[in-house]
Order: sequence, then structure tokens, then C-alpha cells
Amino acid sequence: MSARKAIIEVKNLVKVYDELVAVQGISFDVYEGEIFGLLGPNGAGKTTTLEIIETLRAPTSGEVLVEGFSVKSHSNEIKKRIGVQLQAAGYYPNLTLAELLRLFAGLYNVRIDVNQMLQRVGLADRHKAKYKILSGGQKQRFSICTTLINKPKIVFLDEPTTGLDPQARRNLWELIREIRAQGTTVVITTHYMDEAEYLCDRVAIVEKGKIISLDTPERLIDNLIESGFNKPKEVKRANLEDVFLSLTGKEWRDE
Amino acid sequence: MNNQRTANSDKSLPKYSQWTAMLAISKASLRSITRSPSAVIFILVFPLVFIVVFGFVGSNKIKLEVGINSACDTSGFVYRAFSEVQNIHLIGDKSDQEMMDQLKKGRMDAILLIHSGKSETGKESVEIITSKASREKGAFAISVLSNIIDKKNLEYYSHLQKRYPESFNTVLIDGEIPAELKETKVEGREYKMIDFILPGQLGFSILSAGVFGTAFVFFSLRQTMVLKRFFATPIKRTYIVLGEALSRVVFQLAGALVIIILGKYVFGFTLVNGFFTLINLLLLSALGLIVFMGFGFVVSGLAPNESVIPPIANIVTLPQFLLSGTFFPIDAFPDWLQVISKILPLTYLNDALRKVAFEGAGMMDISHELSIILIWGIVVYAAAIKFFRWE
Repeated sequence: MSARKAIIEVKNLVKVYDELVAVQGISFDVYEGEIFGLLGPNGAGKTTTLEIIETLRAPTSGEVLVEGFSVKSHSNEIKKRIGVQLQAAGYYPNLTLAELLRLFAGLYNVRIDVNQMLQRVGLADRHKAKYKILSGGQKQRFSICTTLINKPKIVFLDEPTTGLDPQARRNLWELIREIRAQGTTVVITTHYMDEAEYLCDRVAIVEKGKIISLDTPERLIDNLIESGFNKPKEVKRANLEDVFLSLTGKEWRDE
Repeated sequence: MNNQRTANSDKSLPKYSQWTAMLAISKASLRSITRSPSAVIFILVFPLVFIVVFGFVGSNKIKLEVGINSACDTSGFVYRAFSEVQNIHLIGDKSDQEMMDQLKKGRMDAILLIHSGKSETGKESVEIITSKASREKGAFAISVLSNIIDKKNLEYYSHLQKRYPESFNTVLIDGEIPAELKETKVEGREYKMIDFILPGQLGFSILSAGVFGTAFVFFSLRQTMVLKRFFATPIKRTYIVLGEALSRVVFQLAGALVIIILGKYVFGFTLVNGFFTLINLLLLSALGLIVFMGFGFVVSGLAPNESVIPPIANIVTLPQFLLSGTFFPIDAFPDWLQVISKILPLTYLNDALRKVAFEGAGMMDISHELSIILIWGIVVYAAAIKFFRWE
């Protein structure tokens, strides 16, 4: 693994808000082309870490390099190269999806084919719709669409599947995998472990502003089993979600 | 692993233009405004409603409704002179009883009765009936009528004097008529109600759009994290504000243009130097809007939640609405109130707009008004920098 190229380098990152120490000396690398997961309970410091890498917040101390650029001195170079999906971000009111994409194209100084962009996230037929009337899954897909406008090297997704129903969640997973398949590095936060297990090449588990574990999901599980851990209940070969999905179908639906 | 790059690295992307990004925001914002009913109502509908109401109410000059009694002798010179007076509308097709009723209700201002034949003193006898219901117009009718009679009397006496100078010396001191009225008319532009009302409405629409529009938009863009999403793109914060401001100025000027053109062609609003005056009015509107937007930034920064915006914004706009000469000249206020009026920036915007439109003042002629508006701009933007919050 160490042979892979680090596209993000986080070194001894610390973020202190007035009283609260949100991030306490985190270090990790994200490799080019992987899906990297930041896992942890609410308030663990996932979003703060993400927003520092995205150059939306200044670090208190430590260093973050994105594609070799420092977040402290070259934030605009970084912004041009990344795509950011914020937790619960809204969009400019009264505009259609196509108009919003054109707005972002202007903000990034790029030319885009609006229909092709929307097609990529399965929203081509909604180009005249306003953002606020979209379903939860469609909103997230559109959000991800706006992160792809500048053909970024890295895409950051902050809890993209929170609050979605099982179908919408799985649709989004496939979309995220497609984005990675096209060579984009993906950094994702989530508190769904099944999601991390399915999507992430490596995960960092964050707790109280520190990374307490970092490895591939498989190895983390193996390590736990090696330590003598046993699930109290025998695992069946399907769970209730599998039942639900096999009954209601997996296809993209416009809820 | 430590391969920190410099900005001029080989992988640098094409040069980024803040202006392109800013114009993208202006375009989006302009689209959004034109689709937002409240902006259109504030900027166009409200001012137009006021202008239409006051345009029609105000355009009526004094007009008298005078009934002619059925017994009135209409052959004499008094009647002829009276009927030739402008603004007097003679009504003769109603019964005396009806006319008396209307007079008492104030729907008629006077009833005229000229008795046929000479009175015992050998003079034409003119009677006019007025009512408390229409006191002022009644008094006006009386003065018009007595003016006609006085003039005729004077003419008669001077005629007599010329004919019989000797006998008149004994009657009139120095052989002269005691007083004589000379009426001289100076050519001037007619100052119509619309010339007062329209600039006031324009000024107020600029104020409310500047304060309410900006406060709500920036508050909600901040609250819904639209701004934060913008921050994740390479545009600088200053250009976000500039982009928003540009779209608001464009929309407001389009609104002002509609108001002014309607005012001119429907209500005869005076644009002294035509197109040049129009351009000056638009420039002033843009300046006013930019200054008033500063209040909006302050309000959006001070308001802890959305429902607090209207009261705070009203604290800024309402006093100016009432005290800045929007509806009535500030000369009508008592002195202590005028002191307040003379502090408010809208007073100076309204004055400047009126001077430009009606007197054809150039930018130099309104430098006093402009400098006070600019001082307000500096004060307000200093406050905006202090209170405005991005997050």
C-alpha cells in the first residue's frame, strides 16, 4: 500500500474552537484513486476535518496538503481541483437544476454539457425542476452532480446517504463507485458501517478528535475476530434489509 | 511524501477569472429575483400603486361644481364672465331642490342666482349660496365672483371718470382709483403632483428593495448554506457580494425605468432634459440602492433569525418612509421633526431625484445631496463590515 501515491496528506492536524478541541492531532494519507472513509459518531470531528481539507476552515495547527498544495497558502489552487458536497447544503432559490449547474460552471470557470452532467446522475428528465421539489435521493444525486462540474481529482462527500431510504442509498453507492471508476478519489464520511464496508477501500475511525483505527474494512474485521470477538447472535445469510430490497426492488425510483 | 508545490507548478490550471464567476452569480441572482414575487411587488407594484393613486387624486386641480338656479338670469355680463372662468363647472340640469341637497352634502360647492332686472339701487343683483359642507371651495367661488363684479365696477367708474373728470374729483382723492390690480404671468413649468410623488416613490422603492431585499437574501443564503457551497468554489467573497449587488442594481434600474416611463407617458411626469435627465435619475437610483444595501447587510448580520428581519428592517425604512418627503414635503412638519428629516438619507435621495427631474439639475448642482448620501454610505458600510456575518 505504501507504494501508492498520497493525494491528501494530513499531518498533526489540530482544530480548536473557543473552548472545544474538535480535532486533536490527526495524521493520515488518502491515496489517489481510493474511496477513503471517515467513520465516527456525531461530534467526533469528521466534518471539521473534512472542512479543513476542503479549505472551508483554517486549521489551528498542523498541515494539510492536497495534491501537494497547502491549505494554508494555496486554498484557491485546491478549490479548483476538488469537488465538495456539504452536509445539508441548499442551492440558490428559484433556479432550475440546469440553471444551477450553469451557475456552478461559471463559479468554476468551466464549460459543461448540462444534459450530460444530469444524465450521469440520472436526473436528465428533471432539468427544469427546482431543487426544493426533488426527493431526498434526487437531492443528494444533484449535490454530487455539482461536485463533478470542474472534473475534480478528489470528491468530498459528507454523510451523503443520511436520511435516505434503502433504494436511494444503494443507488448512491453505485453512483459513488462509478465516480471512483473514472479515476476520481473519493473521501466520504458516514456513520453507517454497512456503507463503509461496501464502499471504502480504507477507513479511519475517528473518536473525540482522534483517529483510533485506520485500515481496510476487511483487515479491521479480521483483527477484531483474531482478538477473540464473537457476535452474540449467529449471522444469517440475509438480513431484513435484503428482504426489504428483494420485495420492493432496487431500481432507481423517483420517490 | 512531502512534495509541496508552488502555484506556478506545471499542473497549474488555466487562469481563473473572478469576473466570470461574479457574472455567473449576477445572472443566477437576477433570474431568481425576477421569479420571486416579493421582489417584483416591492420594486414595481407598490410604487406603481402609490403613483396611480396619487397621480389621479393629485392631478385634479381645484375644480368647482356650481349649480345654476332655475331663476338665474344668464344673459348678463356677470354670468358670461363667470362661465368663462377655468375650473368652474356649471350645472344647470338639476332641480333647485336637488341642487340644494347636493350643496348641503358638499357635492356641489355653490349655487348661483342672478336676478333678472335691476335691483332698487339700479344694479345687477347677484346672489351666491354656499355651504359649510364645502367651505373652501365655496369661499373660492365667492372670491371669483366678487372679483368679476369688482373689475366691472372699476371699469365702470374709470369710464365715468374719463367722461366726467370734474365731478369725480370730488369723489375720489387725487382723481385716482384707490387700487388697481396688475396681473403679470411668468412662463414656468407646471409643477404637477406626479413631479412630487414619483421621485418620492422611486426613492422609497430603492430604500425598501435595498434594505429588505439584501437582508433577506443574504440571511437566507447564509442559513441554507448556499454561501458555504460558494466558498468551496474558487470565487472570492468580495465577488460574491459584488455579483449579488450587480444583479440587484440591474433589476432596480429596470424597475425605475418602467416607473419613470409610465410616469411620463401616463401622468405627464416632467423629465426636463429628456434622455439626459433619465440617465441622471438612473445613476442616482443606482447610488441610492448601493448605499441602502449597506443597511441590508447590517440587518442580515444583526438578525438572529429570519422572523426578526422585518421588524429591524422596518426600523430603518418606516421613519424614512414617513419623514423623508415621500408623500408630503418636509416643510409641512414642525421644526423639531424637520431636524430628524434632515438627517435621513432618503430625504436627500428624494430631493436629488426631484431636482434632477424637475429642475434639470446636473450632478454638480446636487453635490450637497450627493455628499450627504455618500457620508451615509461610508457610515453604513463601516457598520456592515463590523456586523456582517458569512457563517
